[in-house]
Amino acid sequence: MHNKTIAELSQGLQQKQFSSFELTEHFLNRIQQHNDKLNAFVTVTGELALAQAKGADARIASGQSNALTGVPIAQKDIFCTQGVRTSCGSKMLDNFIAPYNATVVEHFNKTGAVMLGKLNMDEFAMGSSNETSYYGPVKNPWDLGTVPGGSSGGSAAAVASRIAPGATGTDTGGSIRQPAAFCGITGLKPTYGLVSRWGMIAFASSLDQGGPMARTAEDCALMLQTMAGFDEKDSTSVNRPVDDFSATLNNSLAGLRIGLPKEFFGEGLDPEIAKLIHQAIAEYEKLGATVKEISLPNMNLSAPAYYVVAPAECSSNLARFDGVRYGYRCENPKDLHDLYTRSRGEGFGAEVKRRILIGTYVLSAGYYDAYYLKAQKIRRLISDDFKQAFQEVDVLMGPTSPSVAFRFGEKSADPIAMYLSDIYTIALNLAGLPGMSIPVGFSKNLPVGMQIIGNYFSESHLLNVAHQYQQVTDWHHKAPAEFCDEKR
Amino acid sequence: MSLSTKEVNKIAWLGRIAIDDDKIEAYARDLSGILDFVEQMSVLDTSTVTPMAHPMDQTQRLRPDHVTEENQRGLFQANAPLVDAGLYLVPKVIE
Amino acid sequence: MQWETVIGLEVHAQLATRSKIFSAAATAYGAEPNTQACTIDLGMPGVLPVLNAEAVRMAVKFGLAINARVASRSVFARKNYFYPDLPKGYQISQYDLPVVGKGKLNILVDGEVKTVGVTRAHLEEDAGKSLHEDFHGLTGIDLNRAGTPLLEIVSEPDMRSAKEAVAYLKKLHALVRYLEICDGNMQEGSFRCDANVSVRPKGQQEFGTRAEIKNLNSFRFVEKAINFEVERQIELIENGGKVVQETRLYDSVKDETRSMRSKEEANDYRYFPDPDLLPLEITADFIAEVHTSLPELPDAKRDRFKTHYGLGDYDATVLTATRELADYFEAVVAEAGADAKLSANWVMGDLSGALNKAGLEIEQSPVEASRLAGLVRRINDETISGKIAKQVFEALWESKDSADDIIEKQGLKQITDTGAIESIIDQIIANNPEQLAQYRSGKDKLFGFFVGQAMKATQGKANPQQLNDLLKAKLQA
Repeated sequence: MHNKTIAELSQGLQQKQFSSFELTEHFLNRIQQHNDKLNAFVTVTGELALAQAKGADARIASGQSNALTGVPIAQKDIFCTQGVRTSCGSKMLDNFIAPYNATVVEHFNKTGAVMLGKLNMDEFAMGSSNETSYYGPVKNPWDLGTVPGGSSGGSAAAVASRIAPGATGTDTGGSIRQPAAFCGITGLKPTYGLVSRWGMIAFASSLDQGGPMARTAEDCALMLQTMAGFDEKDSTSVNRPVDDFSATLNNSLAGLRIGLPKEFFGEGLDPEIAKLIHQAIAEYEKLGATVKEISLPNMNLSAPAYYVVAPAECSSNLARFDGVRYGYRCENPKDLHDLYTRSRGEGFGAEVKRRILIGTYVLSAGYYDAYYLKAQKIRRLISDDFKQAFQEVDVLMGPTSPSVAFRFGEKSADPIAMYLSDIYTIALNLAGLPGMSIPVGFSKNLPVGMQIIGNYFSESHLLNVAHQYQQVTDWHHKAPAEFCDEKR
Repeated sequence: MSLSTKEVNKIAWLGRIAIDDDKIEAYARDLSGILDFVEQMSVLDTSTVTPMAHPMDQTQRLRPDHVTEENQRGLFQANAPLVDAGLYLVPKVIE
Repeated sequence: MQWETVIGLEVHAQLATRSKIFSAAATAYGAEPNTQACTIDLGMPGVLPVLNAEAVRMAVKFGLAINARVASRSVFARKNYFYPDLPKGYQISQYDLPVVGKGKLNILVDGEVKTVGVTRAHLEEDAGKSLHEDFHGLTGIDLNRAGTPLLEIVSEPDMRSAKEAVAYLKKLHALVRYLEICDGNMQEGSFRCDANVSVRPKGQQEFGTRAEIKNLNSFRFVEKAINFEVERQIELIENGGKVVQETRLYDSVKDETRSMRSKEEANDYRYFPDPDLLPLEITADFIAEVHTSLPELPDAKRDRFKTHYGLGDYDATVLTATRELADYFEAVVAEAGADAKLSANWVMGDLSGALNKAGLEIEQSPVEASRLAGLVRRINDETISGKIAKQVFEALWESKDSADDIIEKQGLKQITDTGAIESIIDQIIANNPEQLAQYRSGKDKLFGFFVGQAMKATQGKANPQQLNDLLKAKLQA
C-alpha cells in the first residue's frame, strides 16, 4: 500500500479497496518500524490519526468526500496543530502545545485528510541538512550516513521511505526543494502569498512559503489544492481565485520554451549532476520543448542578500521566545536579564543563535543601509532578472543543488559551506517565484533533483511540466531498498 | 569585516542571548565569516534601485472594527511557565 | 543670564476602537487580566497582524483636523526591544512614512493666539501592563492592553513655557474628544503625555540638551514637572554642570523629576519595515469621505458661538472647551428662548460651579439641559428673580422636578402685582415710623433697610425692580 501514490490511494479509498482506517494503521505501523532509523517524526499522533480515519471512512461511505479524504499525510513540525506539540525542531518549543491550528492544517482537517504526526526539521527552519534539530538529525533513507537536506528533512525522509504518502514542508531559501532533491522526491514551493502563513511559525516573513512534498507532481497538485487559498488572517496572502492544479497536468509540452540560466551551470556544480540535468532536458526536448541559454546576471548575489534579509527578519521574529508566556524558561532566573538571556541561550541551538546575532547586527544602528536596505535592492535586481528571462522563456530549469546529499558533519563546521548548498534555490524566495524539484537520476547512488522555475502563480503550469516528465521516466518511482520491501 | 568579542557581546546583549565566555571567540569568527560573505553585495552600485520589501505589489488590506475573539485565557495559559491570578509572572522589573 | 525654555510634547492617545489595531480582541478597559489577549496579542508562534480600518479612519480624521498632510502611502515598522509587557519583543509602529505629516494647532495663552506645530502623528500598538506589587518579588504581566491602537502625536519644540505646554495639551485633548477618536481619560491612561524639556540662553539658536519626562497623567502634573525640570536644568548649568539626555520620571508626591534608574546605553531599536504588513494606501477618495464625516471643530464652533450667539471671546472659548459642554449649552439656548448670554452665565456659573464641587463632568450633570433651560426661561420672563433662581437651581440639582414644578411647589413666583407690593410697602412704612422719619430727613442709606424688610416680608419674591420703584415713590411721598 505504501508504494501507492496519493492519487492511487485516493482512488483506492473512493473505490473502497481499503478503508482509511486500514491505510492509517498501515502507515502507523511503518512509522513504528522505521522511524527510529530515520528520526523523521518528532511526534506521532496515532490515536488522533485513527479517529480522523474513522471520520473519513464515514464521509467516504456517505459520498461526501474529496480527493484527500482519508489520505494520511504528515505535517512539518512548523505548522501549529491544536492540542498537539508543535516544536519547530527546537528545545524552545519542546513543551509547546499549540492552542490553535494553522490555516494549512485547518484546510487538511476540513477536507478529511488524516494526520500521522509532526515531522522533524532544522531548528526554526534554519538549515540545509536537518542537523540542527533539537531532536537529533534526520537520516536520508537512501544512505543513513547522509543528510536528507533541510530544513524540511523529516518531510522528505518520510515520503522517500514511504512512511507517509505526502508531507507538508516550508521553503524560505530552498527548504522544500533541496531536501526533495536529496531524497529523490517531488516538492513544490508556491508563489509567495499563495499559501497562508497563519500558524506557520515564522522564520523570515517575506520569504517563507508552505508547500507540498510527495512522490509525484500529480500528488503535489492534489496537496496544493488543499493548501492554497486566500486567508484574511494573513495580510500577505494574495486574494485571487485558486487554480485547479490538476486540470492541466496532461497538457502537451509542445512548444514549451525552457531557459537554462548559465549561472546555474558554472563552477561548483558536480559534473555528474550537470550530466543528469542535461539528460533530463533532452527528455523535455523529446516532448517538444525548445531550450536556450539565458542569464540571470545578479544570481551570484542572491546568497549574500539572502543571508542578510533572512537573519534580519528572523532576529525580530524570534524575539518573542523569551520564556515569559510559553516555551522554554531557564531554571531559577535571578532577574529579568537572566530570564531572557539564559532562556534564549539555552533554548536555542547554535545555528539559530548565529542567525539571530547576524540579523541583530545588520539591523543595528549605522548598518541598516549597508546591509538590509542594500539586500532589499539586490532583491529587486534579482527579481527583475527573472522578469526579463520570462519574457523570452516559459520556465527555467537547472540543478536544485550543486551536490548530492553530503555526509553528516561534512558541512556543519563551516556555516558558509552549508549556506552554499542553497545557491540555486535562494533566488526564488527573494523574488517570490514558484519552483519545484523533481528527481532526475542518481549520482554516487544518491538522488539528484532538477529545479523547475515558473513565473508568478504558474503552479499549474509547473506541475504540468513536471508531470509530463514523470510520464516518460520513472525516477520518481524509485525507492530506497531498505524501506521498500514490496515490489511495485 | 572582523567582529571583536566586545562587539559580539554587545550584539548578544541586544538580542538577549547568553553566550558562554568560552564560545564567544567561535561566534566572533563565524559571524565575521558570514559578514565577509555578505560583503560581496557592496561591489554593486545600487543607488538607483528601489528596495523590494515584498514580492507582490500589494497594499495592506483593512479589517472591520469588530470584536470576534473570546476569552480563552485558560487555554493560552496552559503553556505558560509561571502564572498567578491570571498574570504572567517574571522576576521583578525595576523601573 | 536670561534663559529660554524649549518644550516639545509627545502624546500617546489611545484610539477608541472596539477591537485592537492588529487583532479582533476587545479593547474595553477594566477586564480581568489577560481575558482580552488573543493569540496575536500574546505574540504566540505563527500569528500575524491584520490592520483595523477604524484605527486608520481615526488617524486620518486627526490629520485633517490639524490641517496636516495625510500620507497616501505609509509603512508600518518594527521597533525592536525586550520588555515583559511587549509580547513579540517588538512593537509594530511607524518610522519613516507615518500616516499623518506636518500639521498645526492654535492655542490661546493669556489672551494671545499662538501656533504650535505638529511634526507628525503615527499609528502604533500599545504594550501590556506590569504590576509590581503582590507577587513576592515577582512582577505580574497583564496583556489586555497589548495591541490597543495608539496615535502618537509629536509636537515641534515650539512651546516656551509650562503654561503653553498645558494649553497645547488641553487643546489637543479637547480635539481628540471632539473627533470622538479618543476618550481622553488620563487616569485610565487613554491620553499620555511625555515632555521633552531643555533650556538655552536667550538668543541662542541651538537647542540645549533635552531631558524626557515620562509618567505625566494630569495637566497639573505636566505644568509642575516642567517647571521643576526647567529650574533643575538652569541650576545645574549655572553651577557648571551639563544636562544629560535621559529619561526622567515625575514624582508628584515630592514634586520633582528623577532620573530613571540607569539602564544600559540607549536602546537601539533596529527599525525596519514590518514584513508581515503591506504598505498602507490611503486614497484621495477615502480622505474626502472622512472629511465629510468630520464634526464641527473647536475653533470653528467657537467662532460660530461668537457670531451666532453674540458671545464674547472668553465665554465662547470656555463653552467650546469640550464638545459635551458646547452641545449642552446649545441645547439650553434652544429651549430657553432667552438671550444666549443668560444661558451662558448659568452654564458657566452656577452649573459649572456645582459640577466642579461634586467632581462631575457635564455629561454626568444631574441637571439636564432641558431642565436648566426651564429655569433660564423663567428668569427671562420674570416669573422669578435672579436671586430666587439660585434657590430653584439647588432644587433642580437635588430633584428631577422641572423649574416650573419647583416654583409652584415652593411658591417662589415673583410678586409683580403692583397693588400687592404697595400694600406690603405700606405695612412696612407703617411699622417703622422712626426709620421713615430718618430717611425723609436725609439718611438715604436706610433705603436698603426698607428693601430688606420688604424682601423679608415677601420671602424674597418681590420683583426687585418694581419694589425699588414703588418704594422710592412711597418713601418720598
